[in-house]
Amino acid sequence: MAKKFAKPRSMKDVATHYCPGCGHGLIHRLVCEVIDELGVREDTIAIAPVGCAVLAYDYWDFDTMEAAHGRTPAVATAVKRVHPDKLVFTYQGDGDLAAIGTAEIIHTGSRGENLSVIFVNNGVYGMTGGQMAPTTLLGQTTATSLFTRRAEKEGFPLKVLEMMAVLPGVVYLERTSVHSPKEILNAKRAIKKSFQTQLDKKGFSMVEIVSPCPTYWGLSPVKSMERIEKEVVKEYPLGVVKDVGLVSS
Amino acid sequence: MKTKYLSTGNEACGEGAVRAGCRFYAGYPITPQNELTAYMSRRMEEENGVFIQAESELAAISMVHGASAAGARAMTSSSSPGISLKQEGISYMAGCELPAVIINVMRGGPGLGNISPAQSDYFQATKGGGHGDYRLPVLAPASVQEMFDFTYKAFELADKYRNPVMILADGMLGQMMEPLEFDGDIKPPAEVEKPWAMTGAKGREARSVKSLFLGDNALEKHNEKLQEKYRRIVEAETRCETYKTEDAEMILVAYGTVSRTARACVDRLAQKGVKAGLIRPITLWPFPYGEISRLAKKGLKFLVVEMSAGQMVEDVRLAVQDDERVFFHGRTGGGIPEKEAIVSMVEKVV
Repeated sequence: MAKKFAKPRSMKDVATHYCPGCGHGLIHRLVCEVIDELGVREDTIAIAPVGCAVLAYDYWDFDTMEAAHGRTPAVATAVKRVHPDKLVFTYQGDGDLAAIGTAEIIHTGSRGENLSVIFVNNGVYGMTGGQMAPTTLLGQTTATSLFTRRAEKEGFPLKVLEMMAVLPGVVYLERTSVHSPKEILNAKRAIKKSFQTQLDKKGFSMVEIVSPCPTYWGLSPVKSMERIEKEVVKEYPLGVVKDVGLVSS
Repeated sequence: MKTKYLSTGNEACGEGAVRAGCRFYAGYPITPQNELTAYMSRRMEEENGVFIQAESELAAISMVHGASAAGARAMTSSSSPGISLKQEGISYMAGCELPAVIINVMRGGPGLGNISPAQSDYFQATKGGGHGDYRLPVLAPASVQEMFDFTYKAFELADKYRNPVMILADGMLGQMMEPLEFDGDIKPPAEVEKPWAMTGAKGREARSVKSLFLGDNALEKHNEKLQEKYRRIVEAETRCETYKTEDAEMILVAYGTVSRTARACVDRLAQKGVKAGLIRPITLWPFPYGEISRLAKKGLKFLVVEMSAGQMVEDVRLAVQDDERVFFHGRTGGGIPEKEAIVSMVEKVV
């Protein structure tokens, strides 16, 4: 009988530390499947964030390094400049990318660095206990927005892709989600397109993946997926935000 | 063949780096080290290296972090306020055991301070600066020639010990011009194996470069390994220059720019019949406690002269172990200790 489903070669055969229902395990796997399909495992260098995915190097079977919180794209910039022929990507959460690392992500895009960014948006700081993130929805209760996020006090959710879209050095931006099998497959397609964009030396690309955090959303894994579908994607609409049409998907 | 140039200290640092095989530089504008960044923007282009003007010092040091992890000889430079920002990346690189060279062309502080020469980042450079138990070899040049020589040497030390190395200069050394001489055929220090570098896992196991150690005792073990390395550096790399110390009754201790004034004071005092000597620490960490302590056992007095409110003097007190015999003269905010003031202070306390 033919084997239809197996662990990707790029994934180590270990248990992860992620909470039940967390999106990171899924997204790690999607990244690994894409790397296997492109045949670039031995030519990949990943930069892990500070946040829940800080231990990505324990799960991925390709070269992966650490960066200071938010400096991930600056580290990736240098790695890619030193090794222009390797596949270099950052994997960042919304605290890492949309708060402390805002300057680094914008300027890496602005310089048009030929690398890929996987941006996992779950709307909270998971690693530190579910604090409010720049991406937290209005009306959402978190450890540091106990009276919910209110526009007049806590400000508005930050849409990073829309902000990056105006930069001429940025060639491809797409927002995806993992709340259903269909969306998961679509997220994988977008990751592949981002990596291919880089391999074709076309420039900076970024895939945002809306992801569940059942632990700090206070919902079951199933309810968390429903919340994405019913609420989160209203604030963060899925789809291509920018595509200068350099590669076919 | 050696050729003589007229160079600023900042540019001498840059050329020393290029000759040491540095092919990656990231920096951010700040006075009084801007000539170095500008110089590297030209030289990296000429040498097919990478030059990036970063969006901040935080990004610049993280770029050096990435380049070093990728296996390149990498450098950044800045001046005091910018070096404060770089402490984040320096701590990470110390934790990750990544070689790199950081140049601090010190200016007056605290805060924005001013842009005049100062030596008030001694504590920051030698006692940590960033978080965690780590050390950096810190070299203190005192001439344009040494800006070149020590930067070259810093790359050798960085690779040898897999550790960031700092050059602690000041605005005077950075901006002034002096003759600089070096052999045009000078070869970079031999490449060392980097069996940890991020190069893609071709035909080998995947690697990680990290400073995070979460398991039981894992971080303590890592720290013990770092401390063992630091002990080796103390043993093998402590350097100081001594001048007329053997029959001296009084020892001046000064580094960098100030050591030149202090040396002139030793000669002036000799004319006046006062036997003074000079210890000039070349490595600020590791500090030459041994040499100072050896002279202290003869019962000598020490005068420490700095362009600070008194920082290195604390290390001299540690070495002498008798505060009554350690005196201090310092100027801050761009003030330069003057020869007359130093000479009269020696005459008073000797």
